[in-house]
Amino acid sequence: MKITLKVWRQAEGEAQGSMETYQLDSVAEEMSFLEMLDMLNEQLTAQDIEPVAFDSDCREGICGMCGIVINGSPHGRYESPVPTTTCQLHMRNFHDGDVVEIEPWRAGAFPVIKDLVVDRTALDRIVAAGGYISVNTGSAPEAHSTPAPKLQADRAFDAATCIGCGACVAACPNGSGMLFTSAKVTHLANLPQGQPERRRRVKAMIAAHDANGFGGCQNIGECASVCPKQIPLESIAQLNRDLIASLFRADGKSA
Amino acid sequence: MAATVKNSKTTTEAPVQASTTDPALGYYTPGTDIHDTKAPAGPIDKKWAQRQFTAKLVNPANRRKLTVIVVGTGLAGGAAAATLGEAGYNVLNFCYQDSPRRAHSIAAQGGINAAKNYRNDNDSVYRLFYDTVKGGDYRARETNVYRLAEVSPNIIDQCVAQGVPFAREYGGLLDTRSFGGVQVQRTFYARGQTGQQLLIGAYQALERQVNAGTVTMHTRHEMVELIVHDNRARGIVTRDMVSGKVESWYADAVVLATGGYGNVFFLSTNAMGCNVTATWRAHRKGAYFANPCFTQIHPTCIPVHGETQSKLTLMSESLRNDGRIWVPKKAEDCTKDPRQIPEADRDYYLERIYPAFGNLVPRDIASRQAKNMCDEGRGVGPLVTEVTQDGTKQQRRRGVYLDFSDAIERLGRKAVSDKYGNLFDMYEQITGENPYETPMRIYPAVHYTMGGLWVDYDLESSIPGLYVCGEANFSDHGANRLGASALMQGLADGYFVLPNTINDYLAAGPFEKVDDNTPEAAEALASASERINRLLDIKGSRSVDSFHKELGSIMWEYCGMERTEEGLQIAIKKIRALRESYWKDVKVTGVNEDFNQALERAGRVADFMELAELMCVDALHRRESCGGHFRRESQTEDGEALRHDDEYAYVAAWEFTGDGQKPILHKEPLEYEFIELKQRSYK
Repeated sequence: MKITLKVWRQAEGEAQGSMETYQLDSVAEEMSFLEMLDMLNEQLTAQDIEPVAFDSDCREGICGMCGIVINGSPHGRYESPVPTTTCQLHMRNFHDGDVVEIEPWRAGAFPVIKDLVVDRTALDRIVAAGGYISVNTGSAPEAHSTPAPKLQADRAFDAATCIGCGACVAACPNGSGMLFTSAKVTHLANLPQGQPERRRRVKAMIAAHDANGFGGCQNIGECASVCPKQIPLESIAQLNRDLIASLFRADGKSA
Repeated sequence: MAATVKNSKTTTEAPVQASTTDPALGYYTPGTDIHDTKAPAGPIDKKWAQRQFTAKLVNPANRRKLTVIVVGTGLAGGAAAATLGEAGYNVLNFCYQDSPRRAHSIAAQGGINAAKNYRNDNDSVYRLFYDTVKGGDYRARETNVYRLAEVSPNIIDQCVAQGVPFAREYGGLLDTRSFGGVQVQRTFYARGQTGQQLLIGAYQALERQVNAGTVTMHTRHEMVELIVHDNRARGIVTRDMVSGKVESWYADAVVLATGGYGNVFFLSTNAMGCNVTATWRAHRKGAYFANPCFTQIHPTCIPVHGETQSKLTLMSESLRNDGRIWVPKKAEDCTKDPRQIPEADRDYYLERIYPAFGNLVPRDIASRQAKNMCDEGRGVGPLVTEVTQDGTKQQRRRGVYLDFSDAIERLGRKAVSDKYGNLFDMYEQITGENPYETPMRIYPAVHYTMGGLWVDYDLESSIPGLYVCGEANFSDHGANRLGASALMQGLADGYFVLPNTINDYLAAGPFEKVDDNTPEAAEALASASERINRLLDIKGSRSVDSFHKELGSIMWEYCGMERTEEGLQIAIKKIRALRESYWKDVKVTGVNEDFNQALERAGRVADFMELAELMCVDALHRRESCGGHFRRESQTEDGEALRHDDEYAYVAAWEFTGDGQKPILHKEPLEYEFIELKQRSYK
């Protein structure tokens, strides 16, 4: 099939960017979206035009490295029957003659590095602030010493499947990272091992979230609708409950 | 009895006799034997405790004066960096991704082995040790493998304490399942995303240390050179992938945890960025490369769709617990809808040939049998045109069925979905077919590399102060890795082994100061920059990817699932010609001082070109079949891998001697003190 691509080109973070139009003539429906971009880059290289920079690594939908806004939607949510990452979107969802617009994640906390590549290290800083259980290597008790109810363990797991791609931030009109933050809070809050630091964790993570340029959450829900791992909006409710509770309970540590 | 049905290969042609003169001798120079000097003497179950006792210690107050560089943030690197940070060392951690959480350990699906014996099924540390040595076809070092099994239960404890959400039973305790090559249920899992959950555990521990200031994280930095001064590894040169800045970092010790080199085949289940550069650069600086030809071809991957394929996707081995593998008995049924093929016309070939292990035979065996079925003309899926080793073209179907209809009937669709839902979804996303309705089509693909830098019991390479962890070393899996053992090894090395052994080396530090004026450091920095400029200056006519694809197809054809003396020599010739053409004709767009992905790839492919030749030389010199290394000349009557323990019970550790020079082969004889060498049998 023939596909017309309109691609955001931006030489570097400070440079002025623009949409450039490219034509691909023999896209096969078995190809993944990123293989289609590989094909574009081979074509551009042959024409001595610098290839389009975009991030991808595992191409199995699990590492969270890829992320492109496709026709206005992070990961091209609307072209795919199920929520997916960009790398798992396949060309069978497109049609001959389609015009496809491709842009980077756009959010205050994610400065553009080049073309479709953005800097998402702010997400790491939120985790570094408290998204963990403080247990040094070697000090762990026997795994079966603390049973965890299956229902809650499953809930923890559902939240822990977040891949940190940042689509939620890109989708949010406020550029909020609340779904990402709440996924980690929910993961650890549902496990017995996560209880001792539960209140301190949520305060510290929210403080880091706000300090790193993410916007506030207004419960719009765009985030959950594009999440390739279907992290539910209720995670944010869990975060808010924990946050409010933490404000009324002394835990011996300030955020 | 079905087991007596012979493999077609042996019924159609007699095994070729190995020739008496070894043609590999034209490609290498025999060297002196080497030995591991670190494992203490004594009973195998006391060695690790003994080594921990004899290893020198570093006073906690002195640790912050010592700097350790860790390259890589996967299970091995992330765990090592976090643990060394907790211990109080000053850690510099590097990765090429934009976040440490993206390392390719994250894509591991099925699970992690541990000798907990929670199932009351006669499992033990000794059995895990035995299974791993046997699964590796007796080409692994006993002492390292025993220690791996010994620390495995601690890994599960550690991960649970970190909040890794392993699958649980309703009683709140951990669930386990079976994996290939074993008859106990010792594999812990988190749905089909075990690697992701374990890596996030290690990542959280790592970020905690970043927050504490013990670990400094450098993302989007690629190691391009190793700095060796006074016969010690003292630093690395990196390229900042955003700005292009090439700079040096210094430390008292360097740890490489940079994964495997499966991408030498272009198509593999590795991530796009996985590369050999860090370990290859270390090899060129003196680190021996061990058993490079030991690569694992994983039996259950989604088949190739066409020319534009960029990578292959694994379908977890855990699927073989409930899925049944088959091909049609008659070639004319291969184009039929599989659901219309009656039971009597299906050949469940693994269950037929290996009744004891059935669909759960080790990976090397399952892969080779899938190839055999397709070679016989009983493969399924679209016809693919192939060029054979003698240059003729043929058309073959490259796929076999992995069928869940029995499991769905027995357990119900919901139970199957609970266990494998995300894998089924991924399969449908990629192929457009619904595996609940029609059998999956799978075919083997390059997945893991057992070979890697040679290390001793302490995980120290042949360069003092250079340590190697996880898939990047050669140590634990012999000629074939069992499923769910890569995660175990990565975390064993990173959490428990390296942080204990590296003290013994660091106790003599801090070492003499090195900086940009130290001659070896200045040389490393200059040569790294020079190499980058050379690649940019070629301005040839072919893209980096086109060279990489060509290299991959040579390796797959001649150094893939079946290798021959003749084919390997052809491959070496082709690789040399391709490498020469690469340095004359590759086209790398852009400049160094920029985010330049073509340049990143160009450097990696240049190193793959060198590694590929060494892999073929290693495969050529090892005139036996073992595990994933199958030489057509060396097979049993049943077509199974035939080892020659009298000649090849050693680790092949290769020393680099210069561009265009023959490498030197050092043999580390494998002494089996506790396990008796046997012909592997899974029948």
